[in-house]
Amino acid sequence: MDQASAQPVAHHHAPPQGFIRKYVFSLDHKVIGLQYYGLALVAVVTGMVLSWLMRIHLGWGAAAIPLLDKLSPNGAPGGVITPEYYLSLMTMHGTIMVFFVLTNAPFAGFGNYFLPIQIGAEDMAFPRFNMMSFWTTFAAFLVLIMAFFVTDGPPISGWTAYAPLTAVGKDSGPGEGMGQNLWAISIALFCIGQLLGSLNFIATTLDLRTKGMTLARMPLSTWAWFITACIGLLAFAVLFPACILLILDRIAGTSFFVPAGLVISDKLQPHSGGSPLLWQHLFWFFGHPEVYIAILPAIGIISHILPTFTRKPLLGGMRVVTGCMIAIGFLSYMVWGHHMFLSGMNPFSALLFSVPTLIITIPATIATLVWLGSIYGANIRFTTPALFCLGFISVFISGGISGFFLAQPSIDTYLHATYFVVAHFHFVMGVAAIFAIFAGTYFWGPKMWGRMMNETLGKWHFWLTFIGVYGVFMPMHYLGLAGNVRRYSAFTDDFLIPLIPVHKFITYSALITGAAQLIFLYNLIHSRFWGPKAADNPWEATSLEWDTTSPPPFDNFGGRHLTVYHGPYEYNVEGSRGDYVMQTSSEAAVEKT
Amino acid sequence: MGKFFAVVLVIITLVSAYFVVAHTWWMPVDISVHGPGVDHQLDETMLGSGILFVLSQLVLAAFVFMFGDSKGARKMKKFPGGATPLVIAAIVLVGIEILTLSFVGSKVWAAIYFTPPDPNSLTVDVQAEQFAFYFRYAGPDGKFGELHPDKIDDGSGNYFGLDPANDLAARDDIVVGSLTIPVNKPILLTLHAKDVGHSFFVRELRIQQDFVPGLVIPIHFTATQTGKFELVCTQLCGLGHYNMKAYVEVVSQDDFDKWLKTQSQ
Repeated sequence: MDQASAQPVAHHHAPPQGFIRKYVFSLDHKVIGLQYYGLALVAVVTGMVLSWLMRIHLGWGAAAIPLLDKLSPNGAPGGVITPEYYLSLMTMHGTIMVFFVLTNAPFAGFGNYFLPIQIGAEDMAFPRFNMMSFWTTFAAFLVLIMAFFVTDGPPISGWTAYAPLTAVGKDSGPGEGMGQNLWAISIALFCIGQLLGSLNFIATTLDLRTKGMTLARMPLSTWAWFITACIGLLAFAVLFPACILLILDRIAGTSFFVPAGLVISDKLQPHSGGSPLLWQHLFWFFGHPEVYIAILPAIGIISHILPTFTRKPLLGGMRVVTGCMIAIGFLSYMVWGHHMFLSGMNPFSALLFSVPTLIITIPATIATLVWLGSIYGANIRFTTPALFCLGFISVFISGGISGFFLAQPSIDTYLHATYFVVAHFHFVMGVAAIFAIFAGTYFWGPKMWGRMMNETLGKWHFWLTFIGVYGVFMPMHYLGLAGNVRRYSAFTDDFLIPLIPVHKFITYSALITGAAQLIFLYNLIHSRFWGPKAADNPWEATSLEWDTTSPPPFDNFGGRHLTVYHGPYEYNVEGSRGDYVMQTSSEAAVEKT
Repeated sequence: MGKFFAVVLVIITLVSAYFVVAHTWWMPVDISVHGPGVDHQLDETMLGSGILFVLSQLVLAAFVFMFGDSKGARKMKKFPGGATPLVIAAIVLVGIEILTLSFVGSKVWAAIYFTPPDPNSLTVDVQAEQFAFYFRYAGPDGKFGELHPDKIDDGSGNYFGLDPANDLAARDDIVVGSLTIPVNKPILLTLHAKDVGHSFFVRELRIQQDFVPGLVIPIHFTATQTGKFELVCTQLCGLGHYNMKAYVEVVSQDDFDKWLKTQSQ
């Protein structure tokens, strides 16, 4: 592995001249990382507002929401959300959050910015692919948002887009015409962007490491981005053709996902020979690894940040967490069927899918125990990023625990498609990943913008968010246990009506938690321009991103070619001066991994 | 700051656990023969993972409480024994939990799905469509008529696509909008979807099964208590999904026979 790093690769391209090449169609991985981050920020605000609208509707179905009838006169006449518009909001919320937030920010955003810097490279291996990957993703986002403005509104089929609801055109419901077309095109474009990005991450990690940066010395965040890129390459390569087949079913009259004899809107559909289960298999073959595409970078980011604030290496060194991440990545391909226990596939296969699903809890448990063990005996510096790391561990536990239930087909016969599932994936994939994004922003923000973020506002943001998310998602477990079905725009069943007060409580929590994010936005924007200047290494951390200016120069290290002598987490190593050793320090400390 | 974190986390953990222990919101009473197995499995999982949840949150709270920044006054400590015992403990303990859950759970699953339906079952054909369920009984001749999708016409009440003009068996089929079944009698449902995917969920029966267009999916169970229960759709099927429901009425065998007689007249 050293032959690659012996010769530092010359910079692929000269510093750009002019606004467009510098900030828009930039080849610089840092600008592209920030573009991804900015896109994720726009997406997360959109997604959160959608969730507010849904929550208001679930608590107070007849509420007239100001201005909403301007956006969608059909979907919300007089500001009151119709059942189909509720489903549109839900579909767009899920799609935006999973693809454009949870994939974009922790993986493509931070990964693009910091992976090359953490391995001592000047840029990504393929800067032009990188630019293309962002702008394809951007186009995908625009295409998706366009669905809000077509006559029938956005699709109503959920982010999973199950056929045949999605495959037969507008006969199956409003939004299933042009809205669903735009959805399928958007996701196909997104796949292309991710494939280019993943390829780039893998090539960069393997080829562009600086001298002395062995695989074993790579920070855990880089490990996580690398493993995630490997997962993404295989996962999006399956979703892409699935989307193409769906588009063909919709506009070319093929029947990949539609069987014969369906009567929809009183019309016998002109299809035959397709299988709705084929879509489910293809979708979840991508969809389950996608969950880990969201959470593995989060695990890596947290494992990278935590040692900085506990001032000690992770328990067991790098190997344990790296091993856990590889195991999770590997197992993520064997569990997709657990979304389909009740789908009508052979019930015997449910047992086969159940076992690896349960086994995947083992590496997740090990990682959690390692974090806990690393906190033991530490001197925790309670900065905002540290608090978000600790909060992450808590919500990761809460979300992981409910996986034990859903992994078992026998319990799934009751809990499947209830709010228990909603609680589970929001905690473990949504909230946990978002906490890692926050931790990453407070931690790396000073490096990316050269300005410190405000700690007091950061802490308020943490406390309100931490308590708030428990107020939002913990009660959803109880709703699920009571049999509250998800994806309902109103609760008209006899047994659901008594649960409406719980929904109102959740809505209050969601509004407050959402409002608390304004503190974050204010802090982010204010600090970006007027925050105090950040030092090169404000957190006294060890990895290479702290070995350059804040923000780093165009070629990352100002022409220096770094040589790495140490592992990434040498805090309080016996026999060294000070309480941390930079990776590039030539001090001969005892190297422990 | 660490102490505050610990207090907040302990409160969150205890409040979260309280509502589970108190069963404030919980499953309704089970009315099926296989249901106690499902409930038992859920209780076991709740116990095991509940303990794991409370313990790990409290340990996190305790460590954060104890190991805040001492500005160098306290010497760093390593976790006693290092990572190896933790890794082994996780593999062994979680492994045992997983094996137990899988072993027992697969029996519960098998009781629902791997056992053949009782030969004396009452068979009811179910058609799910946007946004209603319809049920078909074979009628006095004991035979179901053939289905012809091209004959489906909701306007004239031909939800299944029967052809009584040419099909003798179809003439006495009974088609109704709610499911009436005798108590303590094995029931076999055959699920068809007319248009898109739907799902069959009756909380009290502990049964949930998707309808998949193009497939006929059998599901069988025995109800043990009489009463009226709600059947809801749990697979997103379009704008009326939230309102797609029907009732399941479990009645005595006598009442069922009487009901069937009235229906076939």
